[in-house]
Amino acid sequence: MTVTAPSARRRSALEPAGGYWGYLIPGALGFAAVVLIPFGMNVYLSLTKYRGVGTPQFIGLDNYVRLFADPTFWTSFLNSIAFIFAMAIVPTAFGVLVAAVLFDYIAPRFGARSSSILRALFYLPQILPIAVAGVLWKWMYQPEYGIINTMLEAVGLGDLAQNWLGDPNFAIYAVMNVLIWLQIGYTVVIFMAGLSRVDPALYEAAELDGAGWFTRFRVITLNQLRPEIAVVVITTSVAALKVFAPIFVLTKGGPGTSTIVPAYFSYYNFFTTTQVGYGAAVATVLALVVTVVAVGLLLFQTRNTEGFEK
Amino acid sequence: MTVTAPTGAAPELIDPKAARKARARVDRTRHRRRGVSGWVVLIVVAAIAILMIFPFWLALINAFKPAPEYIANGPISVPTSLDFSALIKFWTGIDFNQKLVNSVIISGSVALIAAAISLLSAFAIGIGKIKGRVWVLAVFMLAFTIPQEALVYPLYILTRNLGLYDTKLGVIIILSVLQSAFGTYMLASVLGSFPTEVLEAARIDGASRRQVLWHIVFPLTRPTLGVLVTFFFIWTWNDFFLPLVLLPSSANQTVSVALGALSGQYTSDPTALAAASLAGILPALVFFLIFQRTLMRGVNLGAIK
Repeated sequence: MTVTAPSARRRSALEPAGGYWGYLIPGALGFAAVVLIPFGMNVYLSLTKYRGVGTPQFIGLDNYVRLFADPTFWTSFLNSIAFIFAMAIVPTAFGVLVAAVLFDYIAPRFGARSSSILRALFYLPQILPIAVAGVLWKWMYQPEYGIINTMLEAVGLGDLAQNWLGDPNFAIYAVMNVLIWLQIGYTVVIFMAGLSRVDPALYEAAELDGAGWFTRFRVITLNQLRPEIAVVVITTSVAALKVFAPIFVLTKGGPGTSTIVPAYFSYYNFFTTTQVGYGAAVATVLALVVTVVAVGLLLFQTRNTEGFEK
Repeated sequence: MTVTAPTGAAPELIDPKAARKARARVDRTRHRRRGVSGWVVLIVVAAIAILMIFPFWLALINAFKPAPEYIANGPISVPTSLDFSALIKFWTGIDFNQKLVNSVIISGSVALIAAAISLLSAFAIGIGKIKGRVWVLAVFMLAFTIPQEALVYPLYILTRNLGLYDTKLGVIIILSVLQSAFGTYMLASVLGSFPTEVLEAARIDGASRRQVLWHIVFPLTRPTLGVLVTFFFIWTWNDFFLPLVLLPSSANQTVSVALGALSGQYTSDPTALAAASLAGILPALVFFLIFQRTLMRGVNLGAIK
């Protein structure tokens, strides 16, 4: 830095004055208008009582006090944990396994083409707008004519038929199932890309030493994929905390509060009950939780892959 | 002479290249042995893969199935005759053409504007190496980690005050800024490793910053920009939350929002939702087929930052 700075300055005599800061103006202005100021306003709104009209009335931390005593708020975060399981944990575990099987088992035996066709099939749900996936699954879950109940009846398991999205005991699992279906393609594709950079000699050497497929998977694949696994777990966990569209389309948080999530809860307060200050408080807490989780996972990852991916 | 001949032949016998080739040949024949377990694994994986795309198949066959046939034979049977009425009813019922046009306008504009903003910011950070660039990047990162719920109500207030509420322009500006944050992050790391000799040569020739950006950096990063534009387009196409709040009128709605807002309607007609799903799947499938390579490349690019 100290070496290049003077030469850069000398060269800049040839360039018009102003430095490079000017190029940041569009991005910075946009950031201020769309992120910084709105977020500041949101924090302020969370300290007020505001019904969407008139002037917000400052009430200090009352919304937060009310929030921490509100069972719906706690339910929404508990459900978030279920969705982290469905969007981050299950797809990561399943994705690693599928990617390893496709890369290290199917491809050598049946050719790279068959493994890339299979990969494309796993990826396909990822291309759908979540709203479309929601409509599709809502139709399949439909209690009277939906495919799931129809098929259960066809194989004589009609007793297991449920009003999947309408029963508070099953709705959350039904939503989780959709999320798993959506997420698997993402993890499979990323892990396969990660495996393609692993030196095949590692696998060959292990094979010569008599390591079976599962040993190779445990010792080589899981270790080599650590950076990818970290990235996937971070991005999908953050996405799971923020999940909104599938809930909006499939259940609207119901029945009751059985599938409510923080994002939907704040939306509901903003635009359905117009308790804007309260909704803003929920959104602020969510923003805080997301940031803490993201930064925490990021620190954890950099500590664990130190000198490995730099 | 007689001594050198064998020594000359010996290295040939253990020529590493030939040996590696031979080993590879052996490997390949060994790998080719599929065995019963090989087929079992293939069948299991293929069965799961088919289960994954089964919903697509269901949407396809049932969108064209006459409703009485669905009631009689259920969702699995392949339709005996093609009935377009459910699809047409859905398409004209919500004016799907209008939604497609809206989505194309919004996604296309966002993709181009966001890529342009990303390039400018990344130019300052990656090429200009401005002071405190790590902090600038960290602040930009907030834009894509922060939940949009924490921005939405103020954005709703601000767009109303500025006359941008329920306009495509308002959503285009907001989504461009949000997506450019990710683009800046990605492009800055790409530009950070931009070959310095090229830049220096241009500067010695008296190129201004703008000329460097426009005539050197832009053409050389076009492939990465292509990936970004593709991603921004598809993300915007799929985006739900902000368009849902900021574009309430049906004339401005996007495909995603129009489908997501269907809830409750059409549920009495068993094939209507299949038709709606198919209408939503089709454009996504078209993009996938067009952009498949870019997407797969980009997924990797985005994952390993």
